[in-house]
Amino acid sequence: MEIMELTALELGREIKKKEVSVREAAQAFLTRIAQTDKVLNSFVTVEEEQVLQRADEVQSALDGGASLGPLAGVPAAVKDNICTEGIKTTCSSRILYNFIPPYSAQAVLQMQKQGAVILGKTNMDEFAMGSTTETSAFGPTKNPWNTEHVPGGSSGGSCVAVAACEAPYALGSDTGGSIRQPSSFCGVTGLKPTYGTVSRYGLIAYGSSLDQIGPIAKDISDCAAILEMIASYDPKDSTSVKRADCDFTAALTDDVKGMRIGIPTDYFGEGLEEEVKQAVLQVAEVLRQKGAVVEEFPLSLVDYAIPAYYVIASAEASSNLARFDGVKYGYRASAYDGLHGMYKKSRSEGFGEEVKRRIMLGSFVLSSGYYDAYYLKALRTKALIRRAFDAAFEKYDVILAPASPGTAPKLGQSLGDPLKMYLGDIYTISANLAGLPGVSVPCRVDQNGLPIGVQMLGNCFMEKKIIRAAYAFEQARGRWQAPPQAQRKFEKETVSASADDMQRKEKEMRSASAKDVWKTEVKTVSASAGKAVD
Amino acid sequence: MHRQYETVIGLEVHVELATKTKIFCGCSTEFGGAPNTHTCPVCMGMPGALPVLNRQVVEYAMAVGLATNCAINQYCRFDRKNYFYPDNPQNYQISQLYLPICHDGGIEIETASGKKMIGIHEIHMEEDAGKLVHDEWEDCSLVDYNRSGVPLIEIVSEPDMRDASEVLAYLDKLRLIIRYLGASDCKLQEGSMRADVNLSVREVGAQKFGTRTEMKNLNSFKAIARAIEGERARQIELLEEGKEVIQETRRWDDNKEYSYPMRSKEDAHDYRYFPDPDLVPVVISDEWLQAVKERQPELRAQKLERYQKEFDIPDYDAQILTESKRMADIFEQTSALCKKPKKVSNWLMGEALRLLKEENREADTLTIVPAHLAKLIELTENGTINQTAAKEVFAEIFHHNTDPELYVKEHELTAISDEGALCEAVQGVLEANPQSVADYRGGKEKALGYLVGQTMKQMKGKADPGTVNRLLRELL
Ligand SMILES: [Zn+2]
Repeated sequence: MEIMELTALELGREIKKKEVSVREAAQAFLTRIAQTDKVLNSFVTVEEEQVLQRADEVQSALDGGASLGPLAGVPAAVKDNICTEGIKTTCSSRILYNFIPPYSAQAVLQMQKQGAVILGKTNMDEFAMGSTTETSAFGPTKNPWNTEHVPGGSSGGSCVAVAACEAPYALGSDTGGSIRQPSSFCGVTGLKPTYGTVSRYGLIAYGSSLDQIGPIAKDISDCAAILEMIASYDPKDSTSVKRADCDFTAALTDDVKGMRIGIPTDYFGEGLEEEVKQAVLQVAEVLRQKGAVVEEFPLSLVDYAIPAYYVIASAEASSNLARFDGVKYGYRASAYDGLHGMYKKSRSEGFGEEVKRRIMLGSFVLSSGYYDAYYLKALRTKALIRRAFDAAFEKYDVILAPASPGTAPKLGQSLGDPLKMYLGDIYTISANLAGLPGVSVPCRVDQNGLPIGVQMLGNCFMEKKIIRAAYAFEQARGRWQAPPQAQRKFEKETVSASADDMQRKEKEMRSASAKDVWKTEVKTVSASAGKAVD
Repeated sequence: MHRQYETVIGLEVHVELATKTKIFCGCSTEFGGAPNTHTCPVCMGMPGALPVLNRQVVEYAMAVGLATNCAINQYCRFDRKNYFYPDNPQNYQISQLYLPICHDGGIEIETASGKKMIGIHEIHMEEDAGKLVHDEWEDCSLVDYNRSGVPLIEIVSEPDMRDASEVLAYLDKLRLIIRYLGASDCKLQEGSMRADVNLSVREVGAQKFGTRTEMKNLNSFKAIARAIEGERARQIELLEEGKEVIQETRRWDDNKEYSYPMRSKEDAHDYRYFPDPDLVPVVISDEWLQAVKERQPELRAQKLERYQKEFDIPDYDAQILTESKRMADIFEQTSALCKKPKKVSNWLMGEALRLLKEENREADTLTIVPAHLAKLIELTENGTINQTAAKEVFAEIFHHNTDPELYVKEHELTAISDEGALCEAVQGVLEANPQSVADYRGGKEKALGYLVGQTMKQMKGKADPGTVNRLLRELL
């Protein structure tokens, strides 16, 4: 197998065995990026010289016998809202177009401590506000499965980098589904940890009470290893949690016997594409066959999650983004009249439409006279949602759900109707409101050749349960194939997969995994609400 | 007929806490320093930087709350106050609105018209802002974030004060309490204590408060007194003319003795307060509260009571000594060493206060080492040095923390008690001043004083004037 096709852990082993040098690995991905990124636009910044220099440093550390982690020497991509010392960090916004942080995010420091080589910074929706990576000031990122489609967002750049083999793994951030939804659209595995597990220090805040950094990789084993590396108690982050159970790779066992899996019926109603629904139920069936107990249950308050989320996230964002004012760093309008003129012009010109929309929304819900009706009510809703999940997790170890109502939409379809875009977050948002960990695992491709991800949610601090479920499913599914386009060089803008190709691919995949469960008929959920799926 | 007006005053007092580091980062709170040298990503509002609460700030706030009879919110929170201004790097100030740490307290003040309780509505913790420096030459403004993130508490009183004397008594008491706690040095001039005055007037007997204004930029007790008189007169004049007082913030110009509007409440900011999601709620356990209670130092009232029982000093002395915790500490520690409280008090009330006044310093800046003062008292009491030398030594220990014994030895100040040597000197003086001897013998008592002086001069001040006096009389 080529370097680019290896998982992060596999490449780490090759490097450790000196089959591949750190520089070779870095160079392979740099070359790949140079070939593909003109089309995919998943990277915002790649500092080639710095990358190779760092690769050599890590190589000599390894040669010197330094005890680095299993991912030592493995290159990685980092979402551009995560600060990297000496490397531009823009949040894909004009307002931070020239910002070079004098410090690195704690998560990045954790990676570097174990020998990571950072390839570059990935494109995203501006300030992580968006579900398509189209709100980036640097133009949209394209889905490698079909470049006419969006990769999802806001961590679209990171997910595409992994899907298109431009990086073995990447860091993303998830405020309302920004890791899980694009992971689903791009056919990669993305995990949002429990709030407080990965330090937020150096993550440029969108919604502080919801933001969480997490891994995006080719499979769950990589995700577990990456999370093990970046999870830390950080005294610099007051919301950071001391955890003693961060040995996430210990949960990589193919054993779900007796695991209780709940499927919220509320998630399978109107708006969910039939193919996605079938894919999720198929995963449930796989796990059931492996000994898990699968049940449906009603999860209330689903309808309130989206309004509550957009009120809270926008309110926090309106205040978090106030510091971008042209005074200290970043973009300042060239001509202005007085201090307030400078503020107004710099911010009007520096922020994009979606960011401005959310700043205004957030300012409105916090303004006097509206605070109680909107913000306070949203906080109460958040508490109720948390309680609903608490009740659910008394009965279930893992909740199984779609990651998104459909597969990746076409470019240009979403931004015209922001409300519709917001509704697309329905399955991912609750995890952020309740602080839960969640993972999106690719399970199949739809008839258009676009991947579908299944989402597994766990109770707070129960990452290991979802990792175990995801791993067991992966064992049944078999090695996930990179998109066929990943084999190509993306030299022409018009690359697009034929549905035939994809279906053939899927068939191969099924037979390759040779698991009978794929053939099992899955009954509809509604037929047996509240009871075990038989 | 002239209507009678009553002034209603409430204060918002900001006090800079004496922590070594800032409220949400590890930067130094020290004054001075080149611009932007006491800064880090947190207090400069850099993207991705996060605040972490300094525990000492909570302790000081609790201590002040307890000393001012407040209830403590054992679950309190920080809120963001959103407004755009360059001295505020995040464009929001982290403060407390919804759940301040202390509430519903009060302190007793005493003025010419007697004792009175002034209520404290709440005390909350917050961060200070940076400073804008206007560069006239370049015609631009520069920002120095050294003060950004310095911890403050804001003490909000009830509108319980009725005139300047009550306001000053309240501030004085508050300052004394906070200094006793060591929570701040409370210097108005340097800005470590700042008072904003909320003032309204109403006709005597009226139930409703009048419209109030808030006055800022008051940096001395005198300025506060003048501002209160000035604003009271301005408001009464408006009412007498049938005009209305506008609710607004005004800036007091102490040179012109007049206040000018800064901004009116109509176009006031909507601060869009909301709980800061970067900070977890502050949970004060019973144990923590108890520990702070136990660590509370003795405050002035208790000290005065104890002094009456323990020390044989006049009530007046006790009052003066306890006006500064520093001075009271020196008094107590020295008294414990030398067991002569009256002598200690005399030194502090006399020479110490005199030197402080001469140098325009406050008693809190005293640096006298109690062991030194105790030794000085011992040296004078056992006659090793005389009163003149003692004053010289005191000035030394006052200014330079010099060991008195060492100083006396090095400067040969030991009083000469050897009467033989003294007699010799006296003889010499008598011989050299026959006219004075004659004058004295002729009944001019004054002449004796001159002779004593001459002898002391001869002895370079090291003789005991009493002994010289006696010897002179004997020989004459
Ligand atoms: Zn700092």
